[in-house]
Amino acid sequence: MSKRKTKKKKLDTLQKKPEKLIDKDDIRLDGRKLNELRPVKIEVGVLGNADGSAYIEQGKNKILAAVYGPKEVHPRHLALPDRAVLRCRYHMAPFSVDERKSPAPSRREVELSKVIREALEPSIFVEYYPRTSIDIFIEVLQADGGTRCAGITTASLALADAGIPMRNLVAACAAGKVEGHLVLDLMDTEDKVGEADVPLALMPNLNAITLLQMDGSLTIEEFEKVINLALEGCKQLYTLQKEALKSKYVVAKEDAEE
Amino acid sequence: MPLFYEKRQLVTPGDLLAEDNYITGDNTYEDNGKIYASRVGLVDYEARKVHVVALKAFYVPYVGDTVIGKIIEVTTGGWIVDINAPYFAMLRASDVIDRPFKPETSDLPSIFDVGDLIIAKVVAYDRTRDPLLTVREPGLGKIMRGQLIEITPTKIPRVIGRKGSMVSMIKRETGCQITIGQNGLILVSGKTAEDERLAVMALHKIEEESHTSGLTDRVTEMLRKKKEGVEHV
Repeated sequence: MSKRKTKKKKLDTLQKKPEKLIDKDDIRLDGRKLNELRPVKIEVGVLGNADGSAYIEQGKNKILAAVYGPKEVHPRHLALPDRAVLRCRYHMAPFSVDERKSPAPSRREVELSKVIREALEPSIFVEYYPRTSIDIFIEVLQADGGTRCAGITTASLALADAGIPMRNLVAACAAGKVEGHLVLDLMDTEDKVGEADVPLALMPNLNAITLLQMDGSLTIEEFEKVINLALEGCKQLYTLQKEALKSKYVVAKEDAEE
Repeated sequence: MPLFYEKRQLVTPGDLLAEDNYITGDNTYEDNGKIYASRVGLVDYEARKVHVVALKAFYVPYVGDTVIGKIIEVTTGGWIVDINAPYFAMLRASDVIDRPFKPETSDLPSIFDVGDLIIAKVVAYDRTRDPLLTVREPGLGKIMRGQLIEITPTKIPRVIGRKGSMVSMIKRETGCQITIGQNGLILVSGKTAEDERLAVMALHKIEEESHTSGLTDRVTEMLRKKKEGVEHV
């Protein structure tokens, strides 16, 4: 009897995918409008041991980023004579998804590490500190779609917190197409069921795109619209980033002057 | 020639600070005639020069700086020292030993061993080679006693204060000896543990509130209050 019950429950969870992701009033599963970001909470300087760190909650995503360096490169032969080496590790915790994920770096994580590194590299003055390395660690504690973008947003703040000279912060955000609608900041189900997903990273003040990927298919007109949507999202995230970075110091100032 | 921020305003990397006719100072960079911030900090203008006083940065060696470092390796010709910078520093054996240095006869670990802390001065540094240290000046050499505390290197000027006003005030109020390493390490040694505790507390207060004004007075006040409190007990 009890056995049958558990089996039924399991079936229910498997079928949790609803019929429609976007209702007739253009409201999404979590109650967002089409061009609305998930609620974002950012904190800077959360880890004592790292030179710089940041933490983000974007919807159900929970991501921690830590930065070490610039410091002597280990192993030594990797050092470059004219610039710093940037090393990046994107990793998902075994408990970050519904089914346990093996903690060993998967093919996907290795690729994302490279992609994130290349998205952050143009923002850093790597040529200022030759023969050193800057190490970035991105740990996804809970994943709900769009973790590469949230990872870039967080890691960029951790770099600024470490006092590494940068051209601009990097903000990243995805946009895509779900059931024929163009939407901003896809969550996991929308990403899996939807027709297309376009992650984009931006240095807002320099108006420079540092990452642009696409999964799925879009017409040229749709692609242009989706990019503009993602750019808007990045700019919104950028203001949140700046606030988070400043608030660390503003709080200290207010405490002192009270 | 517009300026976009007032003095002492908080900026983040990438904020546009000034246009035309300005030149870049610390922690800023120029792109297409525009000057942007490259670190989190407070804006400062000095004639036509635009600075950002960084709130957090790491130590970059500079010739003439006094630094506090830790011996991490003894080699045949000298020592490798961690000075809390992106690069390890070298201290040559010939710098410490008066007689001509012979690797086969001199016992380097008996002078400085791994883990020893030293006060040293940077004598040579450029980005292509590791910084070179010396201990051949009065006040330099192995640290025998005291407490070591670490603060962000950018805040060292605040600890020293204008013409050394802050550090001499702490020395006067607590009776401690204070040696400041430009790399963010500070050695405090006093007659009693209580004196040292007070000095350390003052230094931490300076680090936390370095970007606020009227700090010297507040720290003085705090030290006096704490001292009175101790005497009453």
